Amino acid sequence: MLHPVMFRSLWQYRGFVWGSVLREFNGKYRETLFGAFWAVAGPLTMIVIYTVIFSQLMRPTLSGHESTPFAFSIYLCAGSISWGLFAEMLGRLNNVFLENGNLIKKASFPRICLPMIAILSALINSGILLGIYLLFLLIIGHWPGLPMISIIPLLVLQLLFTMGLGVALGTLNVFFRDVGQIIGVVLQFWFWLTPIVYTLQALPEGARELMQFNPLLPLISAWQTVFLDRTWPDFASLLPLVVLTLLMLWLGAWLFMGRVGELVDEL
Amino acid sequence: MSYLNVRNVGKAYKRYPGKWARLAEWITGQERHEKHWVLRDISFEVAPGEAVGIIGINGAGKSTLLKVITGTAQPTTGSVEIGGRVAALLELGMGFHPDFTGRQNVYMGAQINGLFTEQIGELMPKIEDFAEIGDYIDQPLRTYSSGMQMRLAFSVATAIRPDVLIIDEALSVGDAYFQHKSFDRIRKFGAQGTTLLIVSHDRNAIQTICNRAILLKAGVVVKEGEPEEVMDYYSALLADHQSQIVKQTISVEQKVKTDSGTYEAQVTQVEIFDAKGQKIEVVPVGAWVTVRITVIINRDIDGLVLGFGIKDRLGQMVFGTNTFHTKQRIEEAKKGEICLFDVSFHANLGVGSFSIHCSLVRNESHVEKNYHWIDRAKVFEVVNVDKPLFVGCAWNNIQFKIKKVSDAQEITMDS
Repeated sequence: MLHPVMFRSLWQYRGFVWGSVLREFNGKYRETLFGAFWAVAGPLTMIVIYTVIFSQLMRPTLSGHESTPFAFSIYLCAGSISWGLFAEMLGRLNNVFLENGNLIKKASFPRICLPMIAILSALINSGILLGIYLLFLLIIGHWPGLPMISIIPLLVLQLLFTMGLGVALGTLNVFFRDVGQIIGVVLQFWFWLTPIVYTLQALPEGARELMQFNPLLPLISAWQTVFLDRTWPDFASLLPLVVLTLLMLWLGAWLFMGRVGELVDEL
Repeated sequence: MSYLNVRNVGKAYKRYPGKWARLAEWITGQERHEKHWVLRDISFEVAPGEAVGIIGINGAGKSTLLKVITGTAQPTTGSVEIGGRVAALLELGMGFHPDFTGRQNVYMGAQINGLFTEQIGELMPKIEDFAEIGDYIDQPLRTYSSGMQMRLAFSVATAIRPDVLIIDEALSVGDAYFQHKSFDRIRKFGAQGTTLLIVSHDRNAIQTICNRAILLKAGVVVKEGEPEEVMDYYSALLADHQSQIVKQTISVEQKVKTDSGTYEAQVTQVEIFDAKGQKIEVVPVGAWVTVRITVIINRDIDGLVLGFGIKDRLGQMVFGTNTFHTKQRIEEAKKGEICLFDVSFHANLGVGSFSIHCSLVRNESHVEKNYHWIDRAKVFEVVNVDKPLFVGCAWNNIQFKIKKVSDAQEITMDS
């Protein structure tokens, strides 16, 4: 991943990468009557349900946002989008080599294209969701304004972290198929151990302390800050995640580069 | 510049004694696997424009070798140097998706070979033209017959002339028409300097396209040389899995003569006689000849079938059959007996050198039990004595019917 040859071959195969991403997107809705509408329908449903349930039926209040309409929906969606991207990307990277086993065995092309296709596909899905979310914020009059720019570095950081971790796990998964199973279980726990559906403040003191070990917490919090509080996130809190990201990228590159040749023998 | 250098290539797959052994190996760093070698110490070079065929029974390591050469798999030992644009037809239609149209799949198939969208757009008319699937190009791939899919896939894979073309049995599919067409394209590539590497069981393909053949057995090169010679050796190997000796001796005609088998029955003499019973070496076109094959029985056997065939100079079978198909199988033969087989036919052959191939087997084919198998048991010349000048490997007493037509009226009536 960190090797110049890899970047060069990836660039050479950009047609294949981009073509595959588009085809995957088109392929999903190809035989449907409403086509791309379905790409929007899922995310739209999610936002509508969250809004109806939490602002009309359950009405949980967020401290400091008692007067903000739809406060909990905004909070919930911000966390869900970020988490959704992470979970989808990780899940796909995890299986990317196994799923494309036949292609890897029969065709010779730079293998790094496959994780790239998975990453971009996941990004498109989340992009649609984010677009609808922004539209929703605009309609309810809660446009975040300038601090929204910070979403870009947040996304980059998240992508790199997930990429490193995902490629490492995806490579491992070929040799140890248990990895795929473990990830499914871990993701479930991880989701509920991250304040997405609940707030950090709602937790007792001890639990809040423990929560500091969750590397995704500052990232998700940053999203929530940007969209709900409409202020700049605390970038300093992301430092541990930056370090961890570098570590993950190195780990992913080391595992992938070291084992890519052996990969095909196990598929 | 195209080149292909395979140096001491070996490939071993790791075998672990148990499920946990790999984990233990990764953690402790101590080797816990044994190596299962499928290729060992393979070296050869292919010059630019040369065509090399790789043959061998299933499991001999042919496909693994191609995978290593194309870079799909990594060699455990040795190295492969390959230069220029490489196209590999390991499996046609890789990356195709059934729900997309043929046109969209062309893009996909070409992109996986590293082509860009604009390039593919330019090549599209040529690809469509070669595949000859008409309006189907804009229909989903799942509505295609397998032949059509393969036409499209072949057209895509060979849209640009590669410097090195690697083919794995891909050509054995498709109808005769398209096979001819694809062979033509491959030949043209060869003439333009493309280096070819073909894996096939098809004797014709190897002999007509390749300059050289390599026989693999259990991951090792056992024979390398002229395609005909190697194919003969291969047929002999294939003949039986019983213990038997395969030996090749240089016959008088300077071509290698292969003979193999269990020798429970053995051909001792092959002679050609003309209609008057005179022994001859040169056969006039169309003459009635009798080939007498003398067979000695070395052990009691419960079945004997003689296979007889005539091959041309290139080793291609012109005609062949056996006494099983003519329902003349000998059910029983005792040790010491001698059987004479007289095979009579019109020598409807073209001018040139031909050889007689004979085999003694127990049943219909040589795979079950092979007593004796000889390629080029007898070589003879065919000369044109009393026929009009003609070309080709077969004589055919054709007739031209020619009429001069002076009136246009007559043409319309005639046709």
